[in-house]
Amino acid sequence: MNKIENAIYQIDMFDKQINQKSIFNQLHPLFKLLLTFLYLILLTSINPYDIFTTIAMGIYLFIISIVGNLPIKNCKKQLKVVLLLLIIVGIANPIIDRRVITYINNIPITTGMISFITLLIKGSFALINTYFLIATTSIESICYALKMLHLPNMLIIVFMLIYRYITVFLKQVEDIWTAYSMRAPKQKGVHYTAWKSLIGSFMLRSIDRAQNVYESMELRGFSPDMFLLEKRKINVRSVSYFTIGVMLLLILRFIPIFNMIGYIFI
Amino acid sequence: MHMSDALVSPAVGTTMLIASGLAAAYSIKKIKQEDDFKKKIPTMGVMGAFVFATQMVNFTIPGTGSSGHLCGGLLLSAILGPYGGFLSMIGVLLIQCLFFADGGLLALGGNIWNMAFYGCFVGSLIWKLIMKNGMSKKKIIVSSIIGSVVALQLGAFSVVIETMLSGVTELPFGVFLTAMQPIHLAIGLVEGLITAGVLCFIYEARPEMLWSPTQKMDKQSKLSYSKTIAILVCSFIIIGGGISLLASSNPDGLEWSIEKITGDTEIEKKESNIYTETEKIQNATAILPDYAIKNNDSIIGTSISGIIGCGITVIFLIGLGTIIKFKRKKEKVKDE
Repeated sequence: MNKIENAIYQIDMFDKQINQKSIFNQLHPLFKLLLTFLYLILLTSINPYDIFTTIAMGIYLFIISIVGNLPIKNCKKQLKVVLLLLIIVGIANPIIDRRVITYINNIPITTGMISFITLLIKGSFALINTYFLIATTSIESICYALKMLHLPNMLIIVFMLIYRYITVFLKQVEDIWTAYSMRAPKQKGVHYTAWKSLIGSFMLRSIDRAQNVYESMELRGFSPDMFLLEKRKINVRSVSYFTIGVMLLLILRFIPIFNMIGYIFI
Repeated sequence: MHMSDALVSPAVGTTMLIASGLAAAYSIKKIKQEDDFKKKIPTMGVMGAFVFATQMVNFTIPGTGSSGHLCGGLLLSAILGPYGGFLSMIGVLLIQCLFFADGGLLALGGNIWNMAFYGCFVGSLIWKLIMKNGMSKKKIIVSSIIGSVVALQLGAFSVVIETMLSGVTELPFGVFLTAMQPIHLAIGLVEGLITAGVLCFIYEARPEMLWSPTQKMDKQSKLSYSKTIAILVCSFIIIGGGISLLASSNPDGLEWSIEKITGDTEIEKKESNIYTETEKIQNATAILPDYAIKNNDSIIGTSISGIIGCGITVIFLIGLGTIIKFKRKKEKVKDE
């Protein structure tokens, strides 16, 4: 089943990337998380017809990609899915909004076309930005940043547990699926007569596993209030990265760089 | 139904994050009041991973040739209760967003609201109402299907509202709604059937694992039957009266299609045939023609018509329920 293999591959890929020695991997997670959010807020706040500012926001991603050696092609599969969804939602823009703003080779360029393209660019940039965060930050570091933002311990523990068990469960589901497909070849999905027993028995095993996990956690002295994560120090490099990042983003968002460059040549 | 970051404006994204955050904080507060909350934490984590993994399995939909998958909000609530289920779903959605690009980070609040909040809280409210007098296989099937359908319909409606408020699409409200609601009705039905199958299996094998509201309701019944009905009535008034004001004056999906073909939203009627006769009957019997009071085109008219419409539906459903109950009682007496 491709879906399961893809998911396992995806998690493995992120694990490998996080273990690489890159500048961004060693930065404080809180600053990376805050900068990711700031980027998203600035990007989504751009006027739907302001295509140049939207494109300018890509400069930040380009710099991160080059400096951090983060190839964008790794997220092309996710990009396809996001773009498909955005096309469905935005396809009406060029059809309904037909105000012509200019002509290129006698082809009318409408405001609807511009807003549609801007929507696609925004979606792609937002996804690449989140991908950069995950590719350079481990799950423990993200949890540490969330804890610094005063997110409740319980939510962080649940989040970490889900992440840790996903790979185990995905492998189990893959085994179940392989066994089922060998008994029912050429079948598109699980037949409805097997729905309840297949998932039901897997669910019962999962609940038993949860019981064992709880008992082992208890034996190790687990307490939700004493949940500790390895401390990450705030260093000069992280603060500098954050300051430069904020400045760069504000410049890209509020100063019409492309227009300024254009005026030089006119 | 996962929304991407590009589909929400910062204002909508932040508002939904705050709303979902408040719901999460309330859930944590409530779950900490439970006796076995420590035990629930690993169960929530493991069950979240279980839902994530089972979402990868496609189930054949009989007679259609297509397949669907489990969403999990109601399933988690039926095992962990609404609060535990909601927190687990937050974890699942956060991982989907970060590692699999299923939904954006800024849109996370909206996605939690659309998928986890309705699935867990509205779904479990329906579960609670149906299981009030004990659990049975039939009740599990009915509550799973109704819960999934209602949760998905509300979720799809919220997606439309959030996208429209963000101003990213030129799609008219009516057309967008027409595109979203029917497809999610079908998805809801399939999800309801899968959830029902799995929960019936658990009921047969280990019924004690299912969340039974009756035990706790006896101890700490905070929301009585009358209060629930009062809340539902208030919701009808708000939805029927308030939200109907937001209803688009543009033609709906079908009218829009007709207008594109004929140039008018109404199909041309033929003289002296059955159409004229039926129209006469309809005009005479319709209390609220075109969702407004007769001879009144004002906004208040639309609002009142919304409230009256909701009221008539409720009365009709209660009446139908009473008739069925009465008939069943009669049959029972006959059998005895």
